[in-house]
Amino acid sequence: MEITKRGIEFLQELDTFGDVRRKWIIKKEAETDPKYGKLPRDRTINELLDYGIINLDKPPGPTSHEVVAWIKKLLNLRKAGHGGTLEPAHP
Amino acid sequence: MKGGGRGHPKVSGVLPIALGSATKVIGLLMLSNKEYVAIMQLHKPVNEKRLREVVSEFIGRIYQKPPVRSSVKRVLRIKEVYNIEILEIDYPYVLMRISCQHGTYVRKLIHDIGDVLGVGAHMRELRRVKTGPFKEDETLITLHQLSEALYVYKELKDDSLLRKAILPIEYAVSHLPKIAVLDGAVGALTHGADLAVPGIAMIHEGIRKGDTVAIFTLKGELVAIGQALMHSEQVVEVSKGIAVKIKRVIMPRGAYPRQWKKKQLK
Repeated sequence: MEITKRGIEFLQELDTFGDVRRKWIIKKEAETDPKYGKLPRDRTINELLDYGIINLDKPPGPTSHEVVAWIKKLLNLRKAGHGGTLEPAHP
Repeated sequence: MKGGGRGHPKVSGVLPIALGSATKVIGLLMLSNKEYVAIMQLHKPVNEKRLREVVSEFIGRIYQKPPVRSSVKRVLRIKEVYNIEILEIDYPYVLMRISCQHGTYVRKLIHDIGDVLGVGAHMRELRRVKTGPFKEDETLITLHQLSEALYVYKELKDDSLLRKAILPIEYAVSHLPKIAVLDGAVGALTHGADLAVPGIAMIHEGIRKGDTVAIFTLKGELVAIGQALMHSEQVVEVSKGIAVKIKRVIMPRGAYPRQWKKKQLK
């Protein structure tokens, strides 16, 4: 089915992005039902705002914490967090 | 050399920001390897051969005590520096590319290199070029680009820029070995069950026991993060048993049916 093909293509895109060069082994030939869930690329903006990640180029100056607070306010999020502090004071 | 108008070094670069429920994956990103480009400023001239020798001594396992103003307990830690490449020397500046384990203090590393050289050195500028799978590529955006993308979305009703700016959460675990599961296994996983062999549709080769793995649906949606209890080849050979112990469920409950319950009732 088309949706399974696109799902597997997405997984291969992730491998490329993450520089993972492993082969996939098929354990069981299977299809995924379009009734449940959705392709990550088909998420709405609101869904991305709850299950998304920004590859941010942090400017020099503000702390990581300040940058997160700014993005939270900008995108009107209840929660946000950074993946590893990058501070002028003690990097 | 304390003071002397040095101030804080400029620090910029790759800082992944997880939105909303995606914050569940930041622990994993924090523990991922980092890569930096740094400018070291030497306080006195040194012989280039000696500089290269001393720098190469800092590759491998090093001892570091967190700086006074750090947010963690100041005990001696062992950190691994995977590589230091000298990109350019233009006295008093030395441009270096450093790849290291998470939690390595680059400023401290440069200070210590200066001490061993006997001339002293400090970090002038730092740019992080990689955090786990995130690097300086077409997905990297500035705060300015983000606010512009939001403006275009809100005012012009065009979501194309914002879609480029916000990556699906799956990107945050793209560097991990992966397993894709059958639709029927997803519900149980989101309710905290471990992943059993019969639920697996596809698996990356070369997974070893103990490895951190990411579990996906066949649509490519991230379900959970876990620790492999079997290696890939074993998963292919056997027909039952627990293959992955679940550490963190990411997908919300309810998107996929609770199929395992129905089976139990029959």
